Amino acid sequence: MNLKIEPTPHRTVSEVVIDDPVISARKLNFWYGGSQALFDNDLDVAPLKVTAIIGPSGCGKSTHIRVYNRIFEQYRGQRAGGQVVMDGADLLSPGTDIIALRRRIGMIFQKPTPFPMSIFENVAYGVRLHFSFTRKQLEQKVEESLRAAALWDEVKDLLHKPGTALSGGQQQRLCIARALAMSPEVLLMDEPTSAIDPVATARIEELMLELKQRLTIVIVTHNMQQAARISDYTAFFYQGRIIEFGATARMFTNPSHPRTEEYITGRFG
Amino acid sequence: MTDLRLSYRSSATRKAMDVFVRAFSIASAAIGIFFLLWILWVVLKKGHTVLAWSFFTSAPPSPGEGTGGIRYALVGTLKMTGLAFLMGVPVGLLTGVYLAEFGRHSWFAAGVRFCVNLLMGIPSILVGLFAYTLIVLATPRHYSGQAGAFALAIIMLPTVARTTEDMLLLVPDTLRESALALGIPRWRTITGILFRAARKGLLTGVLLSVSRVSGETAPLLFTALNNNFYPRDLSQPTANLTVTIYNYAMSPYDNWQRVAWGAALVIMAFLLGLTVLLRTLLKERNR
Repeated sequence: MNLKIEPTPHRTVSEVVIDDPVISARKLNFWYGGSQALFDNDLDVAPLKVTAIIGPSGCGKSTHIRVYNRIFEQYRGQRAGGQVVMDGADLLSPGTDIIALRRRIGMIFQKPTPFPMSIFENVAYGVRLHFSFTRKQLEQKVEESLRAAALWDEVKDLLHKPGTALSGGQQQRLCIARALAMSPEVLLMDEPTSAIDPVATARIEELMLELKQRLTIVIVTHNMQQAARISDYTAFFYQGRIIEFGATARMFTNPSHPRTEEYITGRFG
Repeated sequence: MTDLRLSYRSSATRKAMDVFVRAFSIASAAIGIFFLLWILWVVLKKGHTVLAWSFFTSAPPSPGEGTGGIRYALVGTLKMTGLAFLMGVPVGLLTGVYLAEFGRHSWFAAGVRFCVNLLMGIPSILVGLFAYTLIVLATPRHYSGQAGAFALAIIMLPTVARTTEDMLLLVPDTLRESALALGIPRWRTITGILFRAARKGLLTGVLLSVSRVSGETAPLLFTALNNNFYPRDLSQPTANLTVTIYNYAMSPYDNWQRVAWGAALVIMAFLLGLTVLLRTLLKERNR
């Protein structure tokens, strides 16, 4: 299947056109039961860049990215309409292999959720299901992933300690390592630093800048400074609609839409 | 007009009330504990006389003369409980998994949940009658340990199912989501991650179901009956502790009555041990 995607028709205020987007949402609508949460979202995710999604609470930021890996589907009454295109195929179509999709699109959640097993097993568990590795290759993969998540040096001697024994920030990096071990192309991060302290937050932000060398990141954040520091593009959501999309540097200095400006300058939100 | 700020109730009445309520509740608790201790004491006093290693390893005594033991009944009970475990626990676990993971909001699950609750409250004698009509009357050999195990399994099922559901619901959804988001299939998420997260609770449910059936007599009266011979296989009437207690305690023979007290003590000690184990498990959970 090869869907033709028109260049971003951001009817919302936008002056940028993303070339070769990794993921393109078109007319994405979303319902929780009878109430609609997303309205005709059009968004292109630029490859090897960080795209930040900002906006006041309840504006649909998380809802939007939870469509990309179809994690919303396990809840009754949650429904998505429209298209989300990746590699020329609509990942919302019923034929999509969800397991393979979730290997390609990883997700990090607000609260770190280590599995109830050792640090090593936390990373190895998913790897075993998706790859056929020898023990040696598996160990190598675990080490690589922990290194990529900047956690290896802290845990290399504790690999058989439970993952829950780590600090909050370390747990979140363990979750990142776990996701990286799947060799994803895209990493969705749903307020990944809102539950951890400022020092640990700084480490994770540094990590994201390293990671974007090899994968695409979409981050939902409440923290405007964070969006400004780490993202290349920003989408401003308001009441389920994308109000403005553009290069972060431009949007934070010279927003086109009055709502964006009000939000960024802290007049509401 | 009176000054409302000054109309306090006297603190003497309040204090008297406090003393009264406190004394009343302490007395109520004491009554309960008193009877429990009394039962424990009587069983211990009457049962300990026969307690020796030979009590566990010898055949039942002849009526009226000699000493003997509960070897056959003990083995029969263990075998039947084991078979009941193999039937009741997997079905109960999977029922709980269905209720917590797959059918949270479906009307079918609501029906299943209702039935499980109902099953939990059904008098065990009815379960015995059910097994009697379903299996005992339908098989040529009539009474059998298998029918007994079947009845016990039915009693275990709702306990395991309910605790499994409750314990899985305690696992936060974020853990489910993060497993699924890694591309881990649903069944692997449940068996590999959620079971592990809830393992102590699940074990508690299983042990609870064992403790529930270990004192059951009524369902076995209709199914396993009793036997004076070693329970080689469960296709025959099978000796077991509770029916042995029932039969021997009602008998006129002094030596049989002593065996009944001894068997009662064994069951009681087993339940006590199981309860302590459960308490420690639960305590560790909450830490």
